[in-house]
Amino acid sequence: MAATAEKIDKFELDGMDPEKIKEELLSRYPTKVARKRAKQIIINKVEGCEVPVIQSNVRTIPGLMSQRGCCYAGCKGVVLGPTRDIVNITHGPIGCGFYSWLTRRNQTDPSTTPDGHNFMTYCFSTDMQDQEIIFGGEKKLKQAIQEAYDNFKPKAIAVFSTCPVGLIGDDVHSVCREMKDKLGINIFGFSCEGYKGVSQSAGHHIANNQIFKHVIGNDDTVKEGDFKINLLGEYNIGGDAFEIERIFKKCGITQVASFSGNSSIDAFANSHTADLNLIMCHRSINYVAEMMEKKYGLPWIKVNFIGAEATAKSLRKIAAYFEDQKLTDKVEEVIVQEMPQVLKSIAEIKPRTEGKRAMLFVGGSRAHHYQELFKELGMITLSAGYEFGHRDDYEGRKVLPSIKVDADSRNIEELSVKADPEKFNPRKSPENLQKLKEKGLEFSSYEGMMPEMKNGVLVIDDITQYETEKLIELFKPDIFCAGIKEKYTIQKYGIPMKQLHSYDYGGPYAGFKGALNFYKDIDRMVNSRVWGYLKAPWQIKPELAATYAWE
Amino acid sequence: MLLKHTTDEIKARKALTINPAKTCQPIGAMYASLGIHGCLPHSHGSQGCYAYHRSTLTRHYKEPVMAATSAFTEGASVFGGQANLLQALDNIFTVYNPDVVAVHTTCLSETIGDDIPQIFNKAIADGKVPEGKYVLHANTPSYVGSHITGFANMTKAMVDYFAVSNGHKEKTVNIIPGYVEPADMEEIKRLGDIMGIKTIMFPDTSKVLNGPMTGRFKMYPEGGVTIKELKLAGSSKGTIALGNLASGAAAKALDVKCKVPCQILDLPIGLQATDMFIDTLRQIAGVNVPDAVTFERGQMIDIITDMHQYFYGRRVGLVGDPDQILALAKFLVSIDMCPVYIVSGSPAGKKFVKRLEEITQEVPYEVKISVPGDMFLFHQWIKQESVDLIIGNTYAKYIARDEDIPLIRFGFPILDRVGHSYFPTVGYKGGIRLLEKILDAILDRIDRDSSDISFELVM
Repeated sequence: MAATAEKIDKFELDGMDPEKIKEELLSRYPTKVARKRAKQIIINKVEGCEVPVIQSNVRTIPGLMSQRGCCYAGCKGVVLGPTRDIVNITHGPIGCGFYSWLTRRNQTDPSTTPDGHNFMTYCFSTDMQDQEIIFGGEKKLKQAIQEAYDNFKPKAIAVFSTCPVGLIGDDVHSVCREMKDKLGINIFGFSCEGYKGVSQSAGHHIANNQIFKHVIGNDDTVKEGDFKINLLGEYNIGGDAFEIERIFKKCGITQVASFSGNSSIDAFANSHTADLNLIMCHRSINYVAEMMEKKYGLPWIKVNFIGAEATAKSLRKIAAYFEDQKLTDKVEEVIVQEMPQVLKSIAEIKPRTEGKRAMLFVGGSRAHHYQELFKELGMITLSAGYEFGHRDDYEGRKVLPSIKVDADSRNIEELSVKADPEKFNPRKSPENLQKLKEKGLEFSSYEGMMPEMKNGVLVIDDITQYETEKLIELFKPDIFCAGIKEKYTIQKYGIPMKQLHSYDYGGPYAGFKGALNFYKDIDRMVNSRVWGYLKAPWQIKPELAATYAWE
Repeated sequence: MLLKHTTDEIKARKALTINPAKTCQPIGAMYASLGIHGCLPHSHGSQGCYAYHRSTLTRHYKEPVMAATSAFTEGASVFGGQANLLQALDNIFTVYNPDVVAVHTTCLSETIGDDIPQIFNKAIADGKVPEGKYVLHANTPSYVGSHITGFANMTKAMVDYFAVSNGHKEKTVNIIPGYVEPADMEEIKRLGDIMGIKTIMFPDTSKVLNGPMTGRFKMYPEGGVTIKELKLAGSSKGTIALGNLASGAAAKALDVKCKVPCQILDLPIGLQATDMFIDTLRQIAGVNVPDAVTFERGQMIDIITDMHQYFYGRRVGLVGDPDQILALAKFLVSIDMCPVYIVSGSPAGKKFVKRLEEITQEVPYEVKISVPGDMFLFHQWIKQESVDLIIGNTYAKYIARDEDIPLIRFGFPILDRVGHSYFPTVGYKGGIRLLEKILDAILDRIDRDSSDISFELVM
């Protein structure tokens, strides 16, 4: 479909041959390591819809500094973290709970739920001690759940397993069942031990499974509102979800639930009553959309609200799905209202950003989505890759059947989901779906990063610290996007570094207003004076001259 | 209200920690390892630990924090992590070429019982540790102690692995600075320098985690104690360990191993603790204290006497690490401030609590101490009866905002401000800075709260 990738010219690559660059990146590694990394470092080549195969979602190589985190981080930190009214208890020693305490900038607005609950500012942990490692921690966990209930009276409690919990064999699920019966509130557990899978991605999957099993579908109330959607895979960093919600509201689209930025458990429970699932971050949440489609009959489409053009395109997709003239008109009206400021800003900034070169190594969607914003500023993405993406995130969802399931993925539960005998309600007839597809609306599909990138750029999965350094030395990009661990290393080279996990406390960057924020921030960063001060005058002209300059 | 579910009604808790005032051992070990020159810290466990530790240290110092991981998956968790660590060492020395790799364990590798020295022996036998390169390790199970324990264990490992007695006493004095900021380590060294004393400081993160911007990234910055110095530490005249919990273990180990006598002092925060440090250093080295140091001391007392009215009787809530809160409490009492709530998440023992009680016995309010305790309890106490000032880490800002109390950020981690890694709080200069911070907080508050009529320019 897309296959718009152009060939990158030698000028943009500083006249370098991508093959040579790849060789250089691999040259330092021991033979076996080089062989493995070679499959994860790919020179992009788009032919029609075909792109090269990239190895991904495979084990991190011990000793090579990776950007990745763990399963627990994906489950508790990413997916469940942004839900304000669930008491999230980390079952384990204190560290895991501590590090996932308020560190993802998930904004939330508790005034929008009737009870106003917000536990996100709290960190709950069983703070396991050595005696619990020896004798088991179930007793302490039970007591901790009781104490959480006594102090906070939440409507739900979730429990997250850390590495030692899995090893010593604490059965968090049975503890949760027992306490659920005792306290009469929804209590459920996650076997998201850090060692599971090969990255955060395993944790997303586990989070999706348990939310699907224990929460989604618990409340069948069909609420009022036209064009009911859920927004999946949007975590409200820096207020992104607020901006998207503003746009929906303006268009007359009703958002039932958001997974999981600015979210609440009641909205999750009711989410199966929506008519369409929209997926932002495919990697973290496609499992939920798949399962909801099978069980309840909601189709899903991929959207992207990063970039003004992408936002407009996504809104049009939603309107096309609902096949309602009034909605279509409204969406067009909103786009007409919002775009002028965007275009004005681009016109002002683009002369200063045009032709500048970016690199993005982050997450499992952002490294793709943010290329849209750079494109709008006339910037080129020279290299990009995901921290924890799978092949489908790179190559497109059509490669799913050809992905081999390895031992690390097989350990993660796959739920077998069937149509619910009572609640299954296909939102569109097969004929209708077919008609929409013929009109160009793609369902259950995702194009992937590589088909939309230029030929000749390097696509690198799970980039290592060493490769990052080499890329910077070779290309001297104008901006580099990654996370906090990478930030200051890159900046020491005199290259501005934009965090795309936390946005460096900026944002929102989604939607129309977000795009404006992003343009300004990038303009400021790539044109900043400060990078010009790195050398002192006596380092630029070190010769000694014994004249009195001011005489 | 950001912590609106916190009420003043205290329900006894035995199992649930809410808003911890500590974190886990490995991060402390990683921090200590960064204080060895040319060292790459290595986390033996699953990769989440190292990612979290690097992220937190990076956010605190706003500097590159380099480290590697054994990246356990389920297989390693079942069959042991030997293969992962061997492979990691091979890759680390080939790709990143450090002088030293400092391995610390995690709750995962501790629970499965990986024997690190045995794996080291195998690595050395297999030629995976190149000639002239070093490895060391510390056991840092996360379910024992806290980040302070991890720091102490890794610092002790430096002694265990490297310190040797060369048979005669050198003129050097060892200083183990405790879990403090790079700027503090720098300040302690500066005091040693102006007293004309050759010091060996370990660990030493100055110039590592407060480095300059030069347009070049150096994976191994110029700071840090060298292996040569660590070896020499075994022949020093004596050791001063600052902060019993973070530094005591290494100092005692050095005494046992190499017969280097040690003095364990409080962290030199505030007047008396700094006096004690300078006086001890003087005696061990056998030097006179130069006037320049006494001059700084006088400046500090000058501020205290000039501004005493603003300190006197103020109620302070103190939350942080044991060595820090002990020294801070003593300092506050010495300037007639009243530390009324004192909380540390790190366990520190009965003697420690007893010392805190002695330090605060003259305070004219009921003093509540919880060690180990958490910030939820700390907040509940404040709800019951408020304080004039909070001293604590970044996470205390939620309490400060909800209760409208001035906050001084102190300790670890400070994620939302800079300065702590550049300006010391130890020594007389550091004391002056702390006094400035306290006064700014209190006087800004007075200015903010005064009416137009009572708003005043001069003091």
